[in-house]
Parts: sequence; C-alpha cells; structure tokens
Amino acid sequence: MFTFVTQRLLQSTAVLFAVSVAVFLAVYAVGNPVDLLISPEATQAERAEMIARYGLDRPVWSQYLTFLGNALQGDLGTSFVHGEPALSLILSRVPATFELVVSALLIASVIGIPVGLWVGLNDGSFGSRAVMTGSIMGYSIPSFWKGMVLILVFAVWLNWLPASGRGETVEIFGVPFSFLTVDGLRHMAMPVINLAIPNIALMIRLTAAGASEAARQDYVKFARAKGVSNTRIVRRHILRNILIPIVTVLGVEFGSLIAFSTITETVFAWPGMGKLLITSIYQLDRPVVVAYVMLVTFIFVTVNLLVDFAYAALDPRVKLSERMS
Amino acid sequence: MTDTTQTPPRRAPIADTPQRRAMLKRLKHKPSVKGSLIALFLIVTIGLTLPFFAPQNPYDLASFSVMDNRLPPGSESFDGTKFLLGTDQQGRDMLSAIFYGLRVSLMVGLISTGLALMIGVCVGLVAAVMGGRTEAMLMRLVDFILGFPTILVALVLLAMIGRGVDKVILAIVVVQWANYARIMRSAALSERRKEYVEAAFNLGFAKPRVMFRHIMPNSLNAVLVVATVQIASAITLEATLSFLGVGVPVTEPSLGLLVASGFDYLMSGDYWISLYPGVALLVLIFSLNLVGDRLRTALDPKRS
Repeated sequence: MFTFVTQRLLQSTAVLFAVSVAVFLAVYAVGNPVDLLISPEATQAERAEMIARYGLDRPVWSQYLTFLGNALQGDLGTSFVHGEPALSLILSRVPATFELVVSALLIASVIGIPVGLWVGLNDGSFGSRAVMTGSIMGYSIPSFWKGMVLILVFAVWLNWLPASGRGETVEIFGVPFSFLTVDGLRHMAMPVINLAIPNIALMIRLTAAGASEAARQDYVKFARAKGVSNTRIVRRHILRNILIPIVTVLGVEFGSLIAFSTITETVFAWPGMGKLLITSIYQLDRPVVVAYVMLVTFIFVTVNLLVDFAYAALDPRVKLSERMS
Repeated sequence: MTDTTQTPPRRAPIADTPQRRAMLKRLKHKPSVKGSLIALFLIVTIGLTLPFFAPQNPYDLASFSVMDNRLPPGSESFDGTKFLLGTDQQGRDMLSAIFYGLRVSLMVGLISTGLALMIGVCVGLVAAVMGGRTEAMLMRLVDFILGFPTILVALVLLAMIGRGVDKVILAIVVVQWANYARIMRSAALSERRKEYVEAAFNLGFAKPRVMFRHIMPNSLNAVLVVATVQIASAITLEATLSFLGVGVPVTEPSLGLLVASGFDYLMSGDYWISLYPGVALLVLIFSLNLVGDRLRTALDPKRS
C-alpha cells in the first residue's frame, strides 16, 4: 500500500509539473509575455516594475523557475481587471461552482444508478431499449442550447423559475451557499438540471452495461442456483462489483463537470469560477486564466488520486492481496 | 479470428466476408439507424448544396434589411419575401442562416476529425510498431491529454491564440488526436502479433510499408467506429466554443454562434433566433451519435 501511495503521489506531482510547463510556455514563450502579463493600460513605470518583478528580461528557464517559485507560494499573478491576487479571486468563486457540481453529481447518481440497474437487468426489453436510446439524446443535446431551452420554457413562457443569478444565500463559516434558502434552490434548479442531464445519461449507460455483463457471470448463476434471493444477488453480487467503475467515473466526472460548468454558468449567469474564466478571457485578464488552469489541474489531480485510493478500498482483490501479504 | 492457414492477406481484407454482410444487414434493418442515416444524408446535402438555393445570402449585407429585424416565423417583409423561420436582429432570414451555419459546422467537424484521425492513427501505429521508449513516451502524452476535459483544453488554447475557423480546427485536433492514437495502438498491437505481419517483416519489407500497408488497413475498423462519434463531439465542441465567444468569427456564423446571437433576445420571447439553429444542431449530433452507438453494438463480439 505504501509503495502504491508514494507512486501515485509522484505521478500526480509530475502531471502538475507538466501542466505548469505547458501553461508557462503558452503564456511566456509563445506570445510576448510583456503584452500578456502587463495590462495595456499600465504606465511606463509600472511596466518597468513588472518586468523587473517577473524577471521578463532574463532567460526562459530562469523565468520559469521564478514562475514556479511564485506559484508554489500561491502567487499566480494579479488580475488586471480586479486588482486582486488571481488565486484568491478564483477561490472566492469556488463554492458557487462546487455547489452546482456536487448537486448535479448527486442527482445523476440517484437517478442514473437505479435506472441503469433496471435497464441492465431487463436487457433487450422494449423499455430498456427506449431508455438506452433516450440516453443517447441525453448526451447529444449541446449543453448551452439545452440551458437556453430550459430558460425559454421555465422562465420566459411558464414564469416558474428565475433565469439567472444565485438568489438568496446563507453563509456557513463565511462561505455563501444557495441551497439553504427556497429562493436559492429555485435559482439552482435549472443550472443543476442542465449540468446533470448528460451525467444521468452516462450513469445509466455505465450501470446498465456493467449490470448486464455481471448478471451473466458464473458467480451470479451460482448464487441463483444456491437459492439466494434476487434482492441479495442484485445488492451483494451485482451492484458491489459494478460499483468500482462507477466510483471511478464519478470521480473523473467531478473534475470534468467543473470544466463543463463553464457553459452552464455562462448561460445562467451563475457567479462561479467558470463564469469568471469566460469573463477573464473576454477581458484578456490572463493571470486569472493561468490561475484557473493551475487550480483546476490541481483539483483534477487530487480527485484522481482520491479515486485511485477509493478504488483500492473497494476492489475486493486489492484487499485480498493485502491480507495475504 | 483470422484463419492462419490461408495465404496472408497482402492488402486490406475490408472485402466481403459473411460476418461483415450479416452485420450490415442487421444494421440496415434497424429503424433508428435508417432514420439517422436519412437525417444525416439530408443534413449533409443541405449543408453542401442548399447554400446556393437558400432564399437569401446571409453574408451579403445588401440582400437583407434591418427593417425586417426579429420578425416571428412565417411573417412577410414589405416586398413579399416570406420568412419561414423568422429573422434575426439584423433582419437576416433564419432559414438561410441555418443552411450556411450548417455548412460551417459540418466543415469544421469533418476537417478537424480527419486531421485528428490522421495524426492519431500515425502516432498509434508508430507506438505499436516501435515499442520501447518511443511507445512509452507517446502513450504518456496521450494519457496526459486525455486526462483533461476537452472543453477546458480547447477553451484555454483558444484564449491564448484567438478566434478563427483555422484556430478552432487546431484546438479540436489537439484535444482529439489522442483518442485515435490510443485505440489505434491497441488494435495495431494485436495485429502485430499475427503471422502475416511477421511474414511481411521476414520478407524484408521496410517498417513504414508494413505499418501502412499491412497493419493499418487491418486495424482501422475500431478507429472508424469511434470517428463517427468523434465527428459529433467535434461539432458539439465547435458549437460550444463559438457560443462562448472564442470559436468561429462573427463573419462566418456556425450554428453555435447563431444560437448565441439569439440569447440576448430570449428573455423578450423572441425564441426562434436561438431555437431553430439549435434544433438543426441537435438533429445532426443525435444522428451521428446514434449511428456510432449502433455500429459499436454491432461490432461488439460479445453481443453477436
């Protein structure tokens, strides 16, 4: 176990390192870093000060070391537009995004896993084929357009739900959350659904594929022959075995939903980190873009690491090898 | 698996085999596949030919008038032109705009998929045939790229290099080639072990010749199935990037950009500017995904 953990930690550090090099090259080496990093409105004195501070007159490798050193201390530059450190600016938007992403994943698992299980166990029936084809529709609809149709139907035509913003928030430990007020929940409803739909489809397909394959395995046939009840077979023998890929995908999806929430946040004007990224791209606020990439990569790597550990904990074979050693 | 007692196939055995005929027959009789193929055929035909017959040229500023702006579907202008799907904020006929938009979306989707396919297939082949350190390095790169969500990589890349049709294509190629490389490598690895490849090597053929004339044609099937789905995801990606404002330029509106341009008028109830281009996009993507899904099921050895 110790070797496994160390190995994965080293790999994760390597990925972070590689991304920092890629981002550095994109910002510093491809374009003119003076134009990219210094606001066009800066005065000559400010320019000189920035050039000296980031060492833009020094060779590339030495600039990279400065960049890396600053990054390790949490300094990823200062936003041109807001005048705040880019990292803390993004961190202040993280709760709003996480609120959406976690709710969407929750809905996707609560709906997707039972439906997928039913589809997988009733393989070939008309109902299961209909759900499977419907799920293709689920991931085919472009997210931004789906969001607009939701707004059109529920906000413009029916006037049931608000179209934008976070609504009323309640602070927990100084962090504002929407899900504790009725108004906040009403604001969350459409963005969360919009984000969840492709994931519901994914969960259904994944669970169905796993369940229909597991149901044909010898150990399930054996359990049936032994007279084990159907509920127990589904719970203990099928679900437990297909839970491993599901947990893996849920973890990976957590990271990719953070990236995909950019679209949903733009459509619903949800003040999360994705909306901040898009605004920063429009305003050419590059330090914020760089900080976003580094932070999201960090979240990604961490989640993947946790997934791997969860994998080891869930997989009976890993446990077995531990007990034997 | 292939019968090894036969003479090794020199060229691609994509020829008629009973399995292949049975598979195609199964596919052809599925109504969903038939429907999707018809829809795809119509869309491609419209995208390629109809711009010439469209009621209006949306790129020609003289052919429409701001006087006709935001007319609901079915209304007529002063000179009697009928707007079946309404007009946008500049008075352009939406139907014509959709035809032209389809063309841009299809072009970006097909070109980027084609390029990504070529790069991915070559990388996968090289990795499988060379092995060793080359393979390890290439595959680490593939893992690295596939580790990130496509939208994030493309978005950040375009934020750095700016918008434009060529740049969107570049961004899609960057995020997609790795998919093909991974699949190609595993397909090519299993072909490599077969006797006809060994025979070709023993005959003294050069590596590139064996790679491209023997291994590649035999392992292309899996890659091509994935390509159907990848065209759909390339089109979605382009639409999304254009919607977010980092994709194609306003002078060449794709379907995604058309949807975006109607977003501002959605709240006032002028739904048609966003709704219809989105429907066209959805039909296109759904048909591609459906065909891809059925192809995959048909080719899955566990199912047949």
